[in-house]
Amino acid sequence: MSLKKLLALGVLVAAVLAGIVSHYASSHPDGLERVAEDKGINAKEEDHPLGGSPLADYGVKGVADERASVGLSGLIGVGVVLVAGSGLFWLLRGRSEGGAARDGSGGRTEAHP
Amino acid sequence: MHVPDGFIDAPVSAVAGVIAVSGVAVSLRGARRELDDLTAPLAGLTAAFVFAAQMLNFPVAGGTSGHLLGGALAAILVGPFTGVLVVSVVLAVQALVFADGGLTALGVNITIMAIVTAAAGYGVFRLLVRVLPRSRPSVTAAAFVAALVSVPASALAFVAFYVVGGTTEVPLSTVLPAMLGVHVLIGLGEALITALTVSSVLAVRPDLVYGARGTAEPLELVVNPARKPEEAAS
Repeated sequence: MSLKKLLALGVLVAAVLAGIVSHYASSHPDGLERVAEDKGINAKEEDHPLGGSPLADYGVKGVADERASVGLSGLIGVGVVLVAGSGLFWLLRGRSEGGAARDGSGGRTEAHP
Repeated sequence: MHVPDGFIDAPVSAVAGVIAVSGVAVSLRGARRELDDLTAPLAGLTAAFVFAAQMLNFPVAGGTSGHLLGGALAAILVGPFTGVLVVSVVLAVQALVFADGGLTALGVNITIMAIVTAAAGYGVFRLLVRVLPRSRPSVTAAAFVAALVSVPASALAFVAFYVVGGTTEVPLSTVLPAMLGVHVLIGLGEALITALTVSSVLAVRPDLVYGARGTAEPLELVVNPARKPEEAAS
């Protein structure tokens, strides 16, 4: 499978998971929340300073339908993380060390010092 | 596992912030050696996948859920230093955009969910890959165990912060078993998702799995292929 195909497939999987499957996720408290609740670790928990932001708690403000709200926020999140992550990693990448050798096309030739 | 503001006091949150910044700085340097034109986009995709998977809370026991942390998975797929950065990006977006995980607690969260999971997960993974036979199933099995260990390791790191700087006075003898118990169960889910994802990528592009480099069966150079001409042409 070419890298492009793999990336496209991966983005599609992430989008389906965040956009559609997320609706079916368990709404029970997670491990830490459960322990905090049961044992009283959360007695001094503070509200999130950005709790009123448009995407707070994985919902889109103004979208009444719960399923659409969660799914849309998930899609936005996947997009934001994809752009932020890809940008960061693209800037950090070394100069194609061994890259040509592992390229599926095998056709790239870059001069190595 | 996202720690909200107010669980850990300000001084210890600040210490955690220093640990997180140091860990990210070290990872920014280390990731340069792990990333190239091929793996950089894959690392971006891994971050998006971890974000998506973290939305999928799965039920564990007694009205409790868990979700993927992803540090072990990211470390195995794209390298340990890049793995720390992958989860850190996810945690930063969650805290800043989705109000998930506190702001003063961001240092705690990056430390326990990015640094500890990637370090513990990748450490266990390398150890197992070394002792297991060189094969794809071994890589998948090692990924399973590494992910399984990474979640209680993360819980343990939280307990350490709590013992030093918790804003409440719940004794260690209560917090430790409770946190470890539930996170071993969540670790099983983490292990399943991680093994499934790693084996899927291995199936299509084993060369792109950072942790599998050097574990593939050596390629054989066939000098005189006994193939029929029509096969050779295809």
